[in-house]
Amino acid sequence: MEQYISLAVKAIFVENMALAFFLGMCTFLAISKKVQTAIGLGVAVVVVLVITVPVNNLIYNHLLREGALAWAGYPDVDLSFLGYISYIGVIAAIVQILEMFLDKFVPALYNALGVFLPLITVNCAIMGAALFMVERDYTFGESVVYGAGAGLGWAFAITALAGIREKLKYSDVPEGLRGLGITFITVGLMSLGFMSFSGVQL
Amino acid sequence: MSLRSILDNLEPHFHKGGKYENWYALYEAVDTIFYTPGKVTKSAAHVRDAVDLKRIMILVWMCTFPAIFFGMYNVGLQANSAMADLGLTESTGWRGAIAAALTGFDPNSVWDNIIHGAVYWLPIYITTFVVGGFWEVLFAMKRGHEVNEGFFVTSVLFSLILPPTIPLWQVALGISFGVVIGKEVFGGTGKNFLNPALTARAFLFFAYPANMSGDAIWTAVDGFSGATPLGLAAAGGVDQILANNITWMDAFIGTIQGSVGETSTLAILIGGLIIMFARIAAWRIVAGVFLGMVGMSVLFNMIGSDTNPMFSVPFYWHMVLGGFAFGMFFMATDPVSASMTNTGKWVFGALIGVMVILIRVVNPAFPEGMMLAILFANLFAPLIDNFVVQANIKRRMKRNVV
Repeated sequence: MEQYISLAVKAIFVENMALAFFLGMCTFLAISKKVQTAIGLGVAVVVVLVITVPVNNLIYNHLLREGALAWAGYPDVDLSFLGYISYIGVIAAIVQILEMFLDKFVPALYNALGVFLPLITVNCAIMGAALFMVERDYTFGESVVYGAGAGLGWAFAITALAGIREKLKYSDVPEGLRGLGITFITVGLMSLGFMSFSGVQL
Repeated sequence: MSLRSILDNLEPHFHKGGKYENWYALYEAVDTIFYTPGKVTKSAAHVRDAVDLKRIMILVWMCTFPAIFFGMYNVGLQANSAMADLGLTESTGWRGAIAAALTGFDPNSVWDNIIHGAVYWLPIYITTFVVGGFWEVLFAMKRGHEVNEGFFVTSVLFSLILPPTIPLWQVALGISFGVVIGKEVFGGTGKNFLNPALTARAFLFFAYPANMSGDAIWTAVDGFSGATPLGLAAAGGVDQILANNITWMDAFIGTIQGSVGETSTLAILIGGLIIMFARIAAWRIVAGVFLGMVGMSVLFNMIGSDTNPMFSVPFYWHMVLGGFAFGMFFMATDPVSASMTNTGKWVFGALIGVMVILIRVVNPAFPEGMMLAILFANLFAPLIDNFVVQANIKRRMKRNVV
């Protein structure tokens, strides 16, 4: 149990997807103008990560890794070179299924998320979490916790950024820096604040 | 000829079309140092109040004086005592030469200590002021806003949270980062979201860790190394501090190793209570920080740990060690980067209090956590306000429907 808690804390704060690894930057910068939409996107990322990381974990452990196909009678086969394409395929498929599911059964949330849901497919935080899972050799249980933690961390970060950007509406930024430029600086300063967790050993 | 008429005679040159129109910001700054700003609000809704930004900032600046003087005394005391221990009779370098020209190096003489401290702190402050002021005036001239008194506060706070032996070029680099990236790119005072002084210090802390942390930098004597009480606590808990002949009273009064202005909880308390009762520093934030710190350290005391002695450090020690008191009164209450709503101030303060203990206890990389805790809370301050405002809206909507 303790190991899961420390994994979750590590995924949320210490190795924050957005502010320690700078993953998922495109959506992070583009869809952080309002707190409400940022929260919606954050929730969508959490949901997608909680599903895709464990599913990719199963695929990696039972189909792709060296010797994983022993159950089918091919103990020498190593399919891990198919990793990238399988993970992104799984992510795309699951996002698509999730979208259809939400459209049918929870139309309110579907409308709130709008175009962000399909956009998540190409969010590098999602792919990054899948690759970290493979690299660190998480078990199935750990991958569920890691997916949730990474998603929550990213959601926290984008919500905080949205709060700051709503405040920065009243600021007077030099002309050349307006828009994305100042957002980049803001994100850099935010990650300076998140440095407080760097070095925590769990 | 009075000063007023001199300034009035000069004024046309600084207006549009005048000889020195680019320098208007500088003229305005000098004018408003000597006289009340002439500008009055003209549109319909405004509040008349004797307190304006200028008075607030100057008051905060003056309230750091106890910390400044005690800080200089303590820097000198630490250096002179260390020299007495090592058997040195004269200090090296140009600072030592200046101090030697003015006075001796007797650790028992208050005057000697203050002078020896001043030759370390004053150059830091002057560098901060000149370099930071240069950026401030440059931006004011180019962007057409006024030189703001907020910089007085930023500069003095920044100089007080540095270790006495920091190289001056690093001071210049740090304040440049703090003023330009931390504040001016957002449009100047009131428009930034991080405390500029802390941004500057955090930049230096991560860029030049050798000059910002460790054991060798806190005493202004070459080759002398002494850990800060927080470093001692991280190594062996309160017992380790007491074993080094530092009592709680020493830490409270401030005759310990540390950054220039941070060591004396007593001196900070004097200045801090003044700005709190003048309602410049929000008491809710101060109370929130304090309660958060107490709650979290009691929690860690109860959990306990066999391997990490920081777990058992009680809250009254946390209060007097490191930059806690200085951060609580002067940094956390920065009205720009803190939460604005009353409920939000409690939450914001508590977040700082919890984070500072969390960093001190759990994070082995940083013995001190106040700077990073405040920066972290600054990130969430606008969000906290947002939630408080949304909750208010929701509550009122409900009331109206019924």
